[in-house]
Amino acid sequence: MEHLAALVALTLAAGTPLVFAALGELVTEKSGVLNLGVEGMMLVGAVVSFIVAATTNAPWLGVLAGMLAGAALSLVFALLTLTLMANQVATGLALSLFGVGLSAFVGLDYVSVVIDGIKPLAIAGWSDLPFFGKLLFAHSPFVYLSLGLFALIEWFLFHTRAGLVVRAVGESPESAHAIGYSVIAIRYLAVLFGGACAGLGGAYLAVAYTPLWTEGMTAGRGWIALALVVFATWKPRRVLAGAYLFGAVTLAQFQAQALGVAVPSQLLSMLPYLATIVVLTIISRDAAMIRLNAPASLGRPYHPET
Amino acid sequence: MGWASPLLAAGATLLVGFVLFSLLGKSPLQAFYVFFVKPVENLYGVGELLLKASPLMLCATGLAAGYRANVWNIGAEGQLTFGAICGGGIALALQDSAGPWLLPLMVVAGALGGMAWAAIPAWLRTRFNASEILVSLMLVYVASLTLSYLVHGPWRDPEGFNFPQSKMFSDVALLPNLLPETRLNVGLLLALAVVGIGWLFMRRSLAGFQMRVAGLAPAAANYAGISAERTVWLGMLIGGATAGIAGVNEAAGPIGQLLPSMSPGYGFAAIIVAFVGRLHPLGVLLASLLMSLLYLGGESAQIGLSLPSAVTGLFQGTLLFFLLATDVFINFRLRLHRRTAPHAATARALTAGEGA
Repeated sequence: MEHLAALVALTLAAGTPLVFAALGELVTEKSGVLNLGVEGMMLVGAVVSFIVAATTNAPWLGVLAGMLAGAALSLVFALLTLTLMANQVATGLALSLFGVGLSAFVGLDYVSVVIDGIKPLAIAGWSDLPFFGKLLFAHSPFVYLSLGLFALIEWFLFHTRAGLVVRAVGESPESAHAIGYSVIAIRYLAVLFGGACAGLGGAYLAVAYTPLWTEGMTAGRGWIALALVVFATWKPRRVLAGAYLFGAVTLAQFQAQALGVAVPSQLLSMLPYLATIVVLTIISRDAAMIRLNAPASLGRPYHPET
Repeated sequence: MGWASPLLAAGATLLVGFVLFSLLGKSPLQAFYVFFVKPVENLYGVGELLLKASPLMLCATGLAAGYRANVWNIGAEGQLTFGAICGGGIALALQDSAGPWLLPLMVVAGALGGMAWAAIPAWLRTRFNASEILVSLMLVYVASLTLSYLVHGPWRDPEGFNFPQSKMFSDVALLPNLLPETRLNVGLLLALAVVGIGWLFMRRSLAGFQMRVAGLAPAAANYAGISAERTVWLGMLIGGATAGIAGVNEAAGPIGQLLPSMSPGYGFAAIIVAFVGRLHPLGVLLASLLMSLLYLGGESAQIGLSLPSAVTGLFQGTLLFFLLATDVFINFRLRLHRRTAPHAATARALTAGEGA
């Protein structure tokens, strides 16, 4: 039983960066903007949070800085695609390539630095409970934070007026504009929110999960997060489920190695990527369902003069 | 006017470099010299410039064909790796019974390998509607892990002191040198030929014309009976073939064996090359030289200025950003006074989507 609780804890820990990044991207996409730069924003969030944490010895300050860095990078994307109306796919790709280069450049001096990362909770009494202590009260603070973020987004998007406006902007910017909402301003906010969330996901990786900085340490998680949003058919609840599914796949790879399964480590490391392809394929197969659930104006530029 | 934005973007990137070097406490002029001039001061340097430009122009030519048709293959890095695995595998397998036919065979195997790797996203896209962007990118990781497995395991050189590397290729499996006293090899000619074929295909063939129509006006292409599936297949396979050839070029050229990593990100840099080259073969040619210079400059700056060579990646990304930004000023007319012109606005919103 204790072992099971530990497995659940590890799965949640492995899935959490995806929860952050994918929930942020979900909000961005709900407003009708496709930002393919998640990987770049995560990496920059990771490196900035790590540097700030290492120099100030205040890991939470680092997390905040990582979020701001992610948001700053997404602002570049917003400027290009929303104000200058550049192609969203190309700009998103550029953002990812830029983020990879920028983070490698800035983080070079910090590659072998060791920091005191943010540790999992240890609530006196509660965390030591048999089974339930490990299952419920001994996770990284980020796990609770991500669950809180999930609840917040679910509530905001589907139970508030402002959330309805965001969704309207993503479905039909012309209508939203016609009834007096500023489509571009709302999309800016959604993109910035997505950037901050991606930065937060990167920060979690760098100052809590590992905690260290290596070049390209997100290892494609930003792209997996993008696939998760499609897999979840733009529903926060399914993002959560999908992220933990991937956490479990990542975990299975380490567990198999630990158990000494006679499969080369490289082949096991392929699992998350292959799993992404498989689930993406299964869910995309039903083109009608994708069309029904995807924000109708996703990826389409909008100019408010119409 | 389309040619102006790459020039503007290159200029703006240089400006950013100027500021960056100043901020890092280097003399900007000295830094510029070390970054952009010193690497190509002598014949050897020019050879290196052309050597590194070859895989870039190969990959970018194939990617540009796809991008013109709105087929977003961003996994050229993986197709390059898999091409290197296939071409290199042939070289290793036929080491003892080799003849002059070996090199052409390797190139064909590399092209087929790259095509096979690109066929996966093409099939999943056409059959199951899965995004080729995400699938092709995921396959980059899978290809590089496959290569890593091979050189750590079955293909490892038994006399290689346990380093993760294959045997060195035999001489007949190496691309012949083109210019004495440099490392430049006939791979450049191969790359130039592919660029030429790419131009002929896109400009002069029916299939190329159909791909351009499919990219510019999908609805019109559909109405004219141009198969969207075939467009995706062509776009992906062309990109895969050129990237696969680039992989063989690296394996049989400057590297001469299989290593855990066959490219410093040429497949990704080629995305930038394709855009900066305006998806046009001649532009791709020039842009690949510029990008190659950025690689050489990064190495030179590491030695001469003790700057990290990662600065190359930074410049590459900046260049693409500026290109996308300056494109706006070329595709659209700026008007300071707001007037009501609904139809013009609609037209602009529509063309914006096809600006790339």
